[in-house]
Amino acid sequence: MRLRRSSLAGPAVAVAAAVAIGVLPHWLSNYHRSTGADVGVFFTAILALNIVTGYTGQISIGHGAFMAVGGYTTAILTHDHGWSDLATLPAAALVGFAAGVVVGLPALRFRGVYLALTTFAVALAVPQIAKNYPGFTGGTEGLALPTHSGLWLYRTAWVVAGIVFVAAWLLLRGRTGRAFRAVRDSEVAAASSGVSLPVYKTVAFGISAGVAAVAGSVYVLVNNFVNPDVFGLQLSLYVLIGAVVGGLGSLWGVLVGAAFVQLLPLGLTSSSLTSSQLVPVIFGAVVIAVMALLPLGAANLLHAVLHFGSRSAQSADVPLGTEGR
Amino acid sequence: MALRPGTAWIVPGLLLAGCAALVIGSLQSSLFAQQTISGLANGGIYASLAVALVLIYRATEVINFAQGAIATFTTYVAWQLIDWGLGYWPAFALTLAIAFAGGFAIELVAIRPVERRGHQLSVVIASIGLLILIEGAIGYIWGSEIKFMPAPFPAHVYRVGGVAFSRQDLATIAISIASVVLLWLLFQFTKVGLAMRAAAVRPEAARLVGIRVSWMLSLGWGLAAMLGAVAGMMAAASPTTLLQPSMMDGVLIYAFAAAVLGGLESAAGAVVGALAIGVTLNLLGSYVSWVTPQLLLPAAFVLMLVVLLVKPSGLFGRTRVRKV
Repeated sequence: MRLRRSSLAGPAVAVAAAVAIGVLPHWLSNYHRSTGADVGVFFTAILALNIVTGYTGQISIGHGAFMAVGGYTTAILTHDHGWSDLATLPAAALVGFAAGVVVGLPALRFRGVYLALTTFAVALAVPQIAKNYPGFTGGTEGLALPTHSGLWLYRTAWVVAGIVFVAAWLLLRGRTGRAFRAVRDSEVAAASSGVSLPVYKTVAFGISAGVAAVAGSVYVLVNNFVNPDVFGLQLSLYVLIGAVVGGLGSLWGVLVGAAFVQLLPLGLTSSSLTSSQLVPVIFGAVVIAVMALLPLGAANLLHAVLHFGSRSAQSADVPLGTEGR
Repeated sequence: MALRPGTAWIVPGLLLAGCAALVIGSLQSSLFAQQTISGLANGGIYASLAVALVLIYRATEVINFAQGAIATFTTYVAWQLIDWGLGYWPAFALTLAIAFAGGFAIELVAIRPVERRGHQLSVVIASIGLLILIEGAIGYIWGSEIKFMPAPFPAHVYRVGGVAFSRQDLATIAISIASVVLLWLLFQFTKVGLAMRAAAVRPEAARLVGIRVSWMLSLGWGLAAMLGAVAGMMAAASPTTLLQPSMMDGVLIYAFAAAVLGGLESAAGAVVGALAIGVTLNLLGSYVSWVTPQLLLPAAFVLMLVVLLVKPSGLFGRTRVRKV
């Protein structure tokens, strides 16, 4: 990938998006503000998945598990230990990082589809384990959290998303990002250029899980309660759909991916075009159609438009061609 | 990682030891024997779906997340046919035909356009889209309330030396194994089977000798949907499973674990993995008191993880040499 550093198009798009997101809640009802907060949560979660899948090529179908770790950290600390809710976010990030390293270590031995299915297993196992220890997690009934106004939730979710976005951008544009991409494109070549595979793969998993945990924390604040069903399989699958529809290996597609998985089903439900029972049918069909038309995601389209006519438009990132085969 | 010479006996040895333990246990205790048989029946259902996953994985290296939803959909079709007055076995046969046509059509309409342009992950996402679509369609057509499938076998219990075997369990094992064996015969002894194997192993070379590779993939999806229909109808016939839109979710997850245990590319491995998971979970659930129903799923994954850590390509998986 050769991004033209002199191009101001990228930062300009980012600033415009930030301003639009900042002023948007003035025209939204309280309900739609918390919907906007949900989009922010998905933005953060999809960004997290993009770090490990898009940049180091390790497919994870289980980011819902790390969101659950963060969500339960926040819930238990505020509910049982009297922490203020924003103070729990760094704690959630740390616990999530640790969980990511724990999952990432055995994952060093697995590649491709075996790794994907291992993370999938973790995503399915975590809610079951939460159900099994009700004294700690509230069991199936869950734990209640303090309520906040829609505006507070919207701002919290998007400030967190913005901080994470800038941090990820700084991390991925430099030495670490280069090492991540080297691991993705060829592990053998990366190792022989002095990139330590175990260190970078585990660190990528840890960082990604930490970010996902923060997303999970904000998610339970928006829902103002937590139970195992909040972090079911559907959450992991939707985060993965968002990451691929947005475009792996690119930070710009994340917003598109988050809006796609959150706003499209909601928009279909509230519109009078279809009965609400048909919404999953239409959403599933749209996902398939997007994969047929834009297999590399929206970021690839954006990239092609921004760099129209330049050679790099053709050679946009192909993050997961044959890795793991 | 190739197996070192001298360690090739480990997998068959472990399996033999496991079988021996089951036989000895069954001779000692009739409860143990009953739990083993019903574990094998569950395993048979997992096996049909696991082999369906392997079938598609071998052809396209894609994990089909929609496999369980397709199986549930076809089971609803069977329920509908019976509800319209068809007998159980005519409905069973007609459902298999509908499943085959449906699987074939899905590959043609939803998967092929994605596969032509994309890579593995876009096909996986398309299969997740398919899962959402089909589960939504089931809810739209049949609603979310539970349906009752008539049992194909009258409740009957065979007693052998104090051990009661239910006819339901034995028939489930027999039908699941029979469908897998029929598939194996198809692949091993027919021209179509040979062409499908060629298309899966060497698509380019197969095309050069005149095999229409893309049709072979559609055929594979059709056969996988048929196996899924068998699994779905066997699951719905079991007294512990209810026909509802999420019926096969749990089964699909155990089938994933079974396919991974077996090495993802080996149908025999998937069957062995599925039977092992079915029996292990049933015995854990009835003998180990702290393994609550919630912990059965994590237990299956721990089993899978342990096998993968020892042998990262599964019990029967081929190991590949990777080039730079």
